Amino acid sequence: MKRALEGAVFFTYLYRELRRRHRQAILTSLGLALGIALVVTVSAASGGVRDAQSQVLHSLYGVGTDMTVTQSAARGTGGPFQMGLNPGSQQQQGKHFSRDRVDSTRGLAFVSDSRVTTIAGLNNVDSAVGGLTLSSIHITGNFAKFAGGGFPGAGASGQNGAGTSSSSGSSAKVTQPPIKISALSIAGLDVTNQAIGPLSSATITSGRTFTASETDAKVVVVDSGYAKQNSLAVGGTVTLGGTKYKVIGISKSASAEANVYIPLLRAQTLADAKGKVNQIYVKATSSTQIAQVKKEIKATVSGVTVTTAQDLANQVSGSLSSASKLANQLGKWLAIAALIAAVAVASLLTLSTVSRRVREFGTLKAIGWKSRRIVSQVLGEALIQGLAGGAIGVALGYAATRLIGAFSPSLQATVGASGLPTSRAGSFFGGAPGASSAGGGPGDALRGLSHTVTVYLHAPISVSLVAVAIALAVAGGLIAGGLGGWRAARLSPADALRRVD
Amino acid sequence: MLYELHGVSKRYAQSKKKVAALHDVDLSIDQGEFVAIQGSTGSGKTTLLQMLGALDRPTSGSVLFDGVDLAGMKESELTKLRGRAFGFIFQAFNLIPTLTAQENVETALVPLHLSAAERGAKAQAALAELGLAERGKHLPAELSGGEQQRVAIARALVRSPRVILADEPTGNLDERTRDEIIALLQGLWQSRGQTIIVVTHDTHVAAPASRRFLLDDGAVISADAAADRVVVESPQRD
Repeated sequence: MKRALEGAVFFTYLYRELRRRHRQAILTSLGLALGIALVVTVSAASGGVRDAQSQVLHSLYGVGTDMTVTQSAARGTGGPFQMGLNPGSQQQQGKHFSRDRVDSTRGLAFVSDSRVTTIAGLNNVDSAVGGLTLSSIHITGNFAKFAGGGFPGAGASGQNGAGTSSSSGSSAKVTQPPIKISALSIAGLDVTNQAIGPLSSATITSGRTFTASETDAKVVVVDSGYAKQNSLAVGGTVTLGGTKYKVIGISKSASAEANVYIPLLRAQTLADAKGKVNQIYVKATSSTQIAQVKKEIKATVSGVTVTTAQDLANQVSGSLSSASKLANQLGKWLAIAALIAAVAVASLLTLSTVSRRVREFGTLKAIGWKSRRIVSQVLGEALIQGLAGGAIGVALGYAATRLIGAFSPSLQATVGASGLPTSRAGSFFGGAPGASSAGGGPGDALRGLSHTVTVYLHAPISVSLVAVAIALAVAGGLIAGGLGGWRAARLSPADALRRVD
Repeated sequence: MLYELHGVSKRYAQSKKKVAALHDVDLSIDQGEFVAIQGSTGSGKTTLLQMLGALDRPTSGSVLFDGVDLAGMKESELTKLRGRAFGFIFQAFNLIPTLTAQENVETALVPLHLSAAERGAKAQAALAELGLAERGKHLPAELSGGEQQRVAIARALVRSPRVILADEPTGNLDERTRDEIIALLQGLWQSRGQTIIVVTHDTHVAAPASRRFLLDDGAVISADAAADRVVVESPQRD
């Protein structure tokens, strides 16, 4: 009751004091506001980067997949890359040819699909499915012509550059008409369990996905980017390894696992790998069991590489990774530094105010005000400035995040360019061609094994972030007020009054 | 006896050396006296006033107020005592610049935990007594020096303290206003019978006092060389 009655004096005094030195109060609040705005912006941007990472990982990985199991191909296997581009005989010179070659995605070894059953039977494994990722190259054109009767020899293999004219090494002149190379990545998937695996993160935008009975059907789901590039639609056909497949659906995902998806059995036939897979998609019973499951798989199945989402996250490079580092390292420290600076400035200003009000506080102590009451007066003023700083800071931070949202800067995440187990490296010829993927043409495809995804940065502000920001501002105000109050409390009334004299 | 000071000394540390502000002061003040403490600048009169007002403690000696040694009291007890027993008037008025005249007077009532209505009524009455009934809503900056000092006097009087302690109350005023304030203090003493202790270097201010002490270099020198008190007839008391 007493406190309520005295509240009027407290608030009148507080309000008038803040109004009297409103410039300084605004400066203090703005200082805190800037610190808080930075914290809000950096935290929201960090959250946005995290969301983007999660989006990338989901798209690269499949929503339901916790880890993939692969085995690296032994060194030296596969032999030189032979496409038989040289004419086999003099008669074939200048004649048209068409070649298809389907291989396991580079670096991935075929393993028996019995491993899928083995892994599915391990503790804490919810489910496991096998998959086969393949790369297909289709080359068409005319054989080279050797002027002057020279002929380098039938059956010679070559790694000709496409569309070039070159010398064969002899004195004979060679005319090589342009040849056309098209690359395509193929994912064979277990149509009986599509909850995990290459299509789990994709959305069917047109047509349908596979039915469980289409285990060996000549049907294909095409990635939207590839479909657009090649003018494919549901009902159309795609030729793979000389066999025509009917397009039943168009899929879209932030990062396409492959250009086309076919049933696993068809992929095995295409790659001549009956009973083989080169990727095993695993889902743990819970996210806390992922590390344990990874250990168990490595212990049970020798020679395999187990890649979890975390492993993948660690190997994401590109501007998304840079943004993540920027937000988590520089941004975080910048925000902390700004906040500390703001609190320091607020504290100094509050201390300076207390110094200027020594006579005032000395007088109040002389007339019987308790130190506690004077401290609470100083704290109250600082608290109001902190709250104002917090509110302005949140508003500024919100404006900054809206600005980020308005510009939606794009971030590239590249996975597999270096060090990534080839299991996740995408197709042999690089990223799947799509709106969200890099590459597409053979030239691009040949450049590397990386898988690049573009995501757009947003900076979401949550209620908890606003609460934390306000709490930080209030804490800043209280620290400043606490220091000022402490100084005021220590003030001896005699010293305070004497200093005036 | 209201005050009894025995061997009161006060030393301050001032840049490595100790300065004696008061030196072995003995004096006593009775209830209802109007006492003037005179002395030149640096003679220790303000320090002595602060001892009497429980704002400071002696380095040695005792300051008995109503028989209780202030030097032995805890800070919280001194704060409580200041809030009830003393009213201070300062040379620079020491009004809170952001509060109106009435609110300034009300600050003195805060330690008494009165209701807002009671505080307001008492503050208005105190201002009216000092001829400032119409000036209650004005900020100190809107008042003349004399008016500001009268507000400060109202603040000191509003809770009817046992002692009014005034430190150079006319130091910042012109002669005419000084005389008004002197007359006011004298009138209050005569009408209320309150104990008033004034520190001043101005003999005009000290003139109406019932007793005058002269301080020199921290020691009391009586105005009357024969004794340490100048006996003046005490005013009528309640």
